[in-house]
Formats: sequence, structure tokens, C-alpha cells
Amino acid sequence: MNDAIISVKDIKKRYGEHIVLDGLSFNVERGSIFALLGENGAGKTTMVRILATLIKADSGSTKIGGYDTESAALSVKKLISLTGQYAAVDGLLTGEENLQMIGRLNHLDNRTVKKRTTELLEQFDLSGAAKKRVATYSGGMRRRLDIAISLFANPEVIFLDEPTTGLDPRSRKNMWDLIRKLANRGVTIFLTTQYLEEADQLADKIAVMNNGKIIETGTSEQLKSIIGKEKLELTFHDQASFDEASKIIAGQLNERERIISVETEGSMENLRLLLNILHENQIESVAMHFRKPTLDDVFLEITGKSTKGVSTND
Amino acid sequence: MAIGLPVAIMLMFVAVFGGAIQTGTDYVNYVVPGVIITCAGFGSSIIAVSVTQDMVGGLFERLRSMPLLPSSLMIGHVIGGFIRNAIATTVVILVALLIGFQPEAGVVEWLGVLGILSLFMLSLNWLFVVFGLLVKNVETANAITFPMLFLPYVSSAFVPTETMPSWLHTFAENQPMTPLIETLRGLLLGTPIGTNLWLSIAWFGGLLIISFVVATILFKKRKTE
Repeated sequence: MNDAIISVKDIKKRYGEHIVLDGLSFNVERGSIFALLGENGAGKTTMVRILATLIKADSGSTKIGGYDTESAALSVKKLISLTGQYAAVDGLLTGEENLQMIGRLNHLDNRTVKKRTTELLEQFDLSGAAKKRVATYSGGMRRRLDIAISLFANPEVIFLDEPTTGLDPRSRKNMWDLIRKLANRGVTIFLTTQYLEEADQLADKIAVMNNGKIIETGTSEQLKSIIGKEKLELTFHDQASFDEASKIIAGQLNERERIISVETEGSMENLRLLLNILHENQIESVAMHFRKPTLDDVFLEITGKSTKGVSTND
Repeated sequence: MAIGLPVAIMLMFVAVFGGAIQTGTDYVNYVVPGVIITCAGFGSSIIAVSVTQDMVGGLFERLRSMPLLPSSLMIGHVIGGFIRNAIATTVVILVALLIGFQPEAGVVEWLGVLGILSLFMLSLNWLFVVFGLLVKNVETANAITFPMLFLPYVSSAFVPTETMPSWLHTFAENQPMTPLIETLRGLLLGTPIGTNLWLSIAWFGGLLIISFVVATILFKKRKTE
């Protein structure tokens, strides 16, 4: 990890008695997608706000592109863009005007502002609505405009704080495509999300956050390997077979859906053995499929609590 | 809204109440300063709501993560409000002229009007920035501006204070809107100004300084939250 564009060392932040961040450390590689995954209130937004120079940590250090976010905040601001949880657009202005305003605020000359505005409107499929007031935009359109605005000054690092919260499934998929496209251009993306699937789909590296701490870091694959192997799920069509099978097969039981999950290496031998046992006991009404561990399992395993508050998203 | 309202207030006072109120002069002449400051109040109060909106809507966060002078966000609202006020005031004066307003002011007096109104509007704008920073949602921002908007009515803006009950008369005579209105009236119509000019400068100069300082402190505080 020599090319860390973001480096965070032992960041602590508390509000009164409440400890929000309790010693966070991590690096984000240049050009990668990094996801901070956690429930509501885990401290994700606070971490983003510190990195985006909006607030100061109580202790620890944060650097972006080698600049300290506190002592060299201005240099950091030139490298980053922030897209918060709410689309930060002006409803009274048109989409085009919103973009132009941000362009001027970035001290770009008129020609560049015009050119970039047209480019971005086209790129984000907003050309048709360019002259309409943003107040009339749909949620997905607002988000797209929001992201377009954040790209105006060609930032090197983009912070996306829960970019798909409140979007319908189709807009969410579109947003994912968009984020992947951005990453392909070499932009570093720092994403926070409470959706396990989102982190799984997008991120090169995931940090799982809980109660102000990072409890696990790794690629999606690495996190899943913590949980172990692939599982074979046997779904029984009737209660009798399920009861019968549960006596002879060792595995995780799901009574409600009559599923037994069995760990397996997926080898022929292994499968034949299992099927033979079922056959010998005259249990035939079985549907089976393999299931790779999901981040949902990971989360359960390492936080040791229920997924209440964390949605698996579809 | 910012233009239609001044006109509506102007016409309402002159045409509806004007006939019944005895001021010793044409009512339109009497009421112009009052309408100007009432409309400036409305215009400025929009600032509180938009500041709050920007705070809760995330626009402040975005702008603050950009390479900009942080205070430029507040200054933008103050200047924007000032332009809105200037337009509203111009409209009020033009409409007043159309319906019989006859100012006696010369160049110096008009410059005086410009100066004292600018001081008033700037101080009010900063005050509403403070309100906008203080509250946490748009509804409260809206509500908190009402008492301020009410002040001109209990001053000499629309009726001579002598007609009020004595306790209210005392309040009206000593609240900041009255010296301001008397100053404007003096400049526009040549009525005696006396100490009203200095009183106005003291009131609104003081308000400007205090509001500016408080806004700066609140802004810094919200930044570190």
C-alpha cells in the first residue's frame, strides 16, 4: 500500500460523553473504490466530514494526497468533492444554473464553465431537463445532478455519503453503474453505505464499522472467507423429510423455510456421500443449490448481532 | 413575491386605511418610509429561511468542502438580500410617486436616505443570518422572523404614536423603528429630524456589529459540530 491517497491514523472524535469515533486507522489506495460499511449511527458520516475538512478530529491524523486535512485544508479541498446524504442542489435554479454556479465558485473561466456544464449534462443524461427548475426533478435526477456537480472541478477523490439511500431499485442500479464508470477513470471513490450488497458490488476494499471502530477490513472475498466455505442448501418440500433429515445430516437448520445448510468443499465425493445418505433414508423431496457466503453472513459473524437496522437491499 | 408584496402593502395602506388616519399631511407622504422598512423586513426575513435551508439541505457542507472562504456563504446571503431589498425599495418609491407621493428631498437628502436605509438593511440581514444559523429547521426559521416583522406596526410607521394607549406609546417612542422612520420622513419630507438620525445610527450600527459578531461565532461553532 505505497500509493495511499487517503491515510487515516488513530482518529478519535467525541461529542460530549458520546464517543463517535474510537481510534480509526485505514488507508485508501489511489484509484480504488473504498467502502465504509456500517449501520446508522456507526460514525460513517462523521469520518467523511473529518476527511472533507468540515470538522476536526479530537486526535489522530488524516491525510489526503499527502496534505493534512487540518493544517493544509485548502490544498485538500482542491483535491476532493463531497456528495452528502441529501442532494445539495438549489431547487430554485435550473440544472444548468446549478452546474454553472459551482463552476464559477471553483474560479473557472466562463468558457470552461460552459463547456463542462454541457459535457456533464450530457454525460448524466440531463440535457433534456437542463433548463428546468431542479425542484421539478425526480429523486434519481437530483442525485445525478448532485454527482455531476461534484465532478465539475475534476476532483481526485470523491466522497459519496450513502449515495443510494432513498433511491428506488432501478435508480440504485444506475447509480452503481455510474460509480463504476467514475472509478474506471481513475478517480478514487470513498463510499459509505449501510447496504452490504452495495459494498459487495462496488468496493475494492471494505471496512466494516461498528460503534466507532473498524472491526474488519479487506476485500469482499477476504471478508467472506472469514465466514468460511461455500454452503450447500437443501430445501425440503415437506416437514416430515426435513425432520428426518435434520437427524442424520449435520448443518445449520432453518426451521421456518425447511432448509439445512451444509458446509462442503463442493467435491463429487462429498456430494455423492450426502445424496447417498438421503437416498438410503428415503428422503427424496429435496431441492438443492450452492450458496456463497454473503456480506450479510460476514456482518453477523463479526458483529455478533442481528442485522436489525442493516438491510441486505433486495 | 419580493416585488408584489411591497406594492400590495403600499396600496392597501394608502387606499384602505389612508382615508381614516389623520396625520396632518397626505397619507401617502406619511406612509412611504413605513412601507419601505416593512418590505425590507420581509425581504430580509427570507434570508433566515434560506440560511437554514442551506444548512439542513447539505449545500453548506458542499460549499465548505470547496476551496472557498467559509464566510463567503454568509456574505452571499447578506448581499443577495440587500439586492432584493434595493429592488423592493425602488418599486415602493416608484409606485408611491405614481399615486401622489411628493418628496421634497434634494440630492443630499436622497443620499442620506440611501445611507441610513443601507445601514438598516445590512444590520437586519445579518440579524436574520443569525436566526438562520440558530434554528435547526425551516419551519422554526419562518416562525422566528415574525416578531421582527411586527415591529414597524407598533412604531410611528403607519399611525402617529400619540394615538396609541400610553403604555404602547412609550414602547413605540423608544423602539428603534420610530427614530428610523422619523429620520426617513425628515429626509424625504423636510419634517424635523432632531436626534433621530443619531439614534438610528446607534441602534442599527449597534445591531449590525452585534449581529455580525454573533453570526461569525455561530458559524464557527456549527463548523466544528
